[in-house]
Amino acid sequence: MAVPQDDKKPSLWARLNDNDVVYSFFHSPLAMAAAFVTALMVLSSFGAPLVAPFDPFDPAQISLWDGKKPPAWEAGGDPAYLLGTDNQGRDMLSTILYGGRISLLVGFASVFLGMFLGVMLGVISGYVGGWFETIIMRLADVQLTIPGILTAILINGILRSVLPPELRDEMAIYVVILAIGLSDWPQFARVARGATLVEAKKEYIQAARVIGLRPFLIMARHIVPNVMRPVLVLATIGLALAIIAEATLSFLGQGVPPTTPSLGTLIRVGNEYLFSGLWWITFFPAVALVVLVLAVNLLGDWLRDTLNPKLR
Amino acid sequence: MSLLDIKNMTVEFPTRRGVFTAVRDVSLSVNPGEILGVVGESGAGKSTIGNAVIGLLEPPGRLAGGEIYLKGKRIDDLDEDELRSIRGNRIGMIFQDPLTSLDPLQTIEQQLMETIQLHLKLDDDAARANAVGLLDRVGIPDPEVRIKQYPHQFSGGMRQRVVIALALCANPEVVIADEPTTALDVSIQAQILELMRELCRERSVGMILITHDMGVIADVTDRVAVMYRSRLVEEGPTEKILGNPDHPYTKSLISAVPRPDVRLARFPVVEYIESAGDRRDSIDIATHWLGAGRGEKAPDGTMLRIEDLQVRFLTRFSFFKKHRLYVDAVDHVSFDIRQGEVFGLVGESGSGKSTIARAIAGLYKPKGGHIHFAGADLTAVKSEAEMDRYRRQLQMIFQDPYSSLNPRMKVMDIVAEPIRFHGLAAGGAETRRIVLDLLEHVGLGAEAARKYPHEFSGGQRQRISIARALATRPRFLICDEPTSALDVSIQAQILNLLKDLQAELGLTMLFISHDLPVIRQMCDRVGVMRHGKLVEVAETETLFQSPQHPYTRHLLDLMPKLEVLSHEAIAGLEVAD
Amino acid sequence: MITYIARRMLQALVVMAAVSFISFSLFNYVGDPVDNMVGQEATLEDRAYIRQVLGLEDPFYVQYGRFLQNAVQGKFGISYRTKRSVTEMIVERLPATLELVFVSALIALGLGIPLGVYTGINRSSWISKAVLTVSLVGVSLPTFIIGIGLIYIFAVHLGVLPSSGRSGTVDLGGWRTSFLTVDGWRSIILPALTLSLFQVTMILRLVRAEMLEIMRTDFIKFARARGLPERKVNYSHALKNTLVPVITIIGLNIGGLIAFSLITETVFQWPGTGLMFIQAVDFVDVPIMAAYLCFVALIFVTINLVVDILYFVIDPRLRAEGGH
Repeated sequence: MAVPQDDKKPSLWARLNDNDVVYSFFHSPLAMAAAFVTALMVLSSFGAPLVAPFDPFDPAQISLWDGKKPPAWEAGGDPAYLLGTDNQGRDMLSTILYGGRISLLVGFASVFLGMFLGVMLGVISGYVGGWFETIIMRLADVQLTIPGILTAILINGILRSVLPPELRDEMAIYVVILAIGLSDWPQFARVARGATLVEAKKEYIQAARVIGLRPFLIMARHIVPNVMRPVLVLATIGLALAIIAEATLSFLGQGVPPTTPSLGTLIRVGNEYLFSGLWWITFFPAVALVVLVLAVNLLGDWLRDTLNPKLR
Repeated sequence: MSLLDIKNMTVEFPTRRGVFTAVRDVSLSVNPGEILGVVGESGAGKSTIGNAVIGLLEPPGRLAGGEIYLKGKRIDDLDEDELRSIRGNRIGMIFQDPLTSLDPLQTIEQQLMETIQLHLKLDDDAARANAVGLLDRVGIPDPEVRIKQYPHQFSGGMRQRVVIALALCANPEVVIADEPTTALDVSIQAQILELMRELCRERSVGMILITHDMGVIADVTDRVAVMYRSRLVEEGPTEKILGNPDHPYTKSLISAVPRPDVRLARFPVVEYIESAGDRRDSIDIATHWLGAGRGEKAPDGTMLRIEDLQVRFLTRFSFFKKHRLYVDAVDHVSFDIRQGEVFGLVGESGSGKSTIARAIAGLYKPKGGHIHFAGADLTAVKSEAEMDRYRRQLQMIFQDPYSSLNPRMKVMDIVAEPIRFHGLAAGGAETRRIVLDLLEHVGLGAEAARKYPHEFSGGQRQRISIARALATRPRFLICDEPTSALDVSIQAQILNLLKDLQAELGLTMLFISHDLPVIRQMCDRVGVMRHGKLVEVAETETLFQSPQHPYTRHLLDLMPKLEVLSHEAIAGLEVAD
Repeated sequence: MITYIARRMLQALVVMAAVSFISFSLFNYVGDPVDNMVGQEATLEDRAYIRQVLGLEDPFYVQYGRFLQNAVQGKFGISYRTKRSVTEMIVERLPATLELVFVSALIALGLGIPLGVYTGINRSSWISKAVLTVSLVGVSLPTFIIGIGLIYIFAVHLGVLPSSGRSGTVDLGGWRTSFLTVDGWRSIILPALTLSLFQVTMILRLVRAEMLEIMRTDFIKFARARGLPERKVNYSHALKNTLVPVITIIGLNIGGLIAFSLITETVFQWPGTGLMFIQAVDFVDVPIMAAYLCFVALIFVTINLVVDILYFVIDPRLRAEGGH
């Protein structure tokens, strides 16, 4: 039994290295690569106006003359457009960076929405119980049997048809966030409730009750911090799924409109030119999407394995 | 040549922080019909020995040195197929938890038959007859009917009997039992131990019995080996080791075992084991913060009066009231606790003793009855604000040191939480001063405040729990099995601390335990619980010397006598009056 | 047993009631149903008459009751866009979807379960590691990208398979099947592969996780300690205990296939119910949306009911308790 009595503080690095999560990160090339790629894509997308060579939404910078140019290294390519241009003459690299921003934005926002709803409902269900739990968890169970993407498509479809036609494009991004967020919450609720049930049985919660803390304080101060581990693992994997869901909705023409295209919208638009040999208009957005999702998935996988050592 | 010989065994677990040696240079031997006890505290490496013998070390563990001989034939260098023909066939294994040791989807018959047929090569009828006979022998009633059932249809004790039958079904020469009774209640534990001893004798099986429990060792073993920090420190006949140990570790270990036969004023200090010790100064309660507001007297000297208490749990919910099933965890219980005394509640698991504690602490709502605390009826208190006044005076210490502290909070915040909630300090600086003082007072030192709970051992965590409970300046402390998750040496320290605090602060205590010797050491009066009812209340010494109720006598009979325990270890200690 | 199944049935009914309520609300409150039927030139009297005939002036619960009554008989009205009976359209397109899901399920389960069991048992073999790495890529590939990729390779680049549509069908008494002609098979291969690839990786990973979970239990350790051979430990004890979760996985898988058939059908212009729904959303064709909603809910409720009953057959603990 180790009895830490040493008063000398080890260096920050030594303490970080002693942390299993940090250690495992710096000893997993895959996790580091995934984190690097994710960080790169997030930064360059959100910094798109600074990084991108062109502003694809500025009509002054687009000319149809430059349309349908292949990537720079192909015959007929223009060195100014590294990944070529689309049918309207927009620089592919720039549209991808701007599109990635929309994809990531929708991904983060919808996961956050689902996580917020799910954790709140799940923790209350687990701690308070009673009819509230019965109703919420039954609802979650039923929704969980239907794949998230189908729920998102259905909710999205219903919301769109409720909106007046002239607002559909304008509101599309919020509708998509709402649809994906609402399709996501049962996962979070179930995990949060399960973790809450485990935590609520532990004696530190009973100690807090004996002290006299009210339920809200116990949930906020004691339970939520202790259920966040599995929730964050789920959120990482959920981010990958949300990005896919958004891309899918946009690809089906039910998501973000071409005026503010996401990666999914770009692939949908480019798909029409696939048969005429203009492969790069779909290929590069698709690669960007897959690389982003793969990197996030790798991170999620690593996080899950590290935080649940028993699964190793 | 013995039946099983372990020579200079070393087992290593490579980890990223270096190689951890779980077993170092251990030599043991077992003879036919003999039970060898391997005893030690958690982390001593005793379970690893058993797993290493049958070649089932958890990865990345490896046998780094030594030899193992079964009837003179070396077995540690066999390949997997040869080892498999030994496992179950010549060496049987019994694990701790009978609830998880059996495949839930196969009948007892399927599991017995596959093992018997594998090793004994019998046809179906002979194997079935063999299995039924075996179940009968291990004490399963109606073996012909019950063999067709699934594990979930058996109780815990019955399942452990099935596990024993499975371990014995191929007539092994050696059986390794790893904490076989730890998960069971005392009365079942006694029956299972008795059964194992009989079977060893009649079948000339040599058994290695791994346990942390000195009572088990004293009851059934012929010889005992004592492990300490992966080494074997002493080995010999049980009576010799328990009665007249040579090694200082064994001596201090035995002195820390709560004695069932005589009440001591304090436990001897076990310095060999953990250094965090009794380096605390006593305080002057008249001037100290902890003493504030202690002068109040409870009316007629009764701190707590439990009157006809009833707690009921729902075991099956249904929308229809009449289909709901309930269990009466506490069934019309009444008793008093006088100011300044330590009142014990003892009973087996499920007897309702913890439920009473939790009902008093306000964690469960009673179905009926009254709880009078210092003259006020807690069951009649309406508002939370009014309840807070009593909560401050009534605190609780829990069983499991690993779950009773929030892992995400620093010790400072854990201990400060009750002070802040009840507004007991004038400001942040005073709160910090009080916390540091409390930590010092429970023997941890002020530097503990900056750390997180995971940086402490079980005993140290229990000290943090005690500091948190004291932070509201309570008059009444509920201790719910405060040491049953601790090793025996640490238990002695924590019990000493509780005794000192109780004397110093004039605390009234409700002390809950399943362990009769601990009760004898700690309590002034005792109540015995069974199936939610209080069967007997008496002064502790009276209860131990002349129990009135048959169930109390039964429990006292089951208590390991430990008559062989060394008296030298407690020589010169003050015996309480 | 009976209470267990009855409880599940009751739950299924509640779900169906909730979903039908959503479709009913959609029906009545999205846009003006009269507008959708008669067009702009109808007079106010005409409109009032139609509202009367359709019962739109009736109280809310009467309308809902009528909707339920019709829905149970499979009557969901007339499509706004094609002016054809919705039920007729669904029945006509159902074989395309069901055949696609069936072929995909065979591929997904046939590959996913054995690979999951294999990688669960042989945790450290290089084949397992390779399979797992590939599966992670598979999870990260959105279905529509798989579809586009396969179309580009096999239809555009190699030109060996059709890029879209469902040709070569044979009419078997109202059921148009792809299974009887070479052309039919040629056109179902790419959509079926697209649909199943994601599911293969999902099933593989779920089955593997379940296997690993079971392999850590005490009873597996005890079975080993009794000297049972590895084969017996793996297949008779571990595999049987993974069966319960695997049934859930199969249920989820069929649900997943139906969900993703929406996307696959759109990519390949496969004339199934999913494509029909996506087109309906584009045109706010409410009767079709409402009918599809009820139809999908019915499928999922049925799958869940079957899964629950199968649990009952496999797990003796459930049988003993009479359900929990």
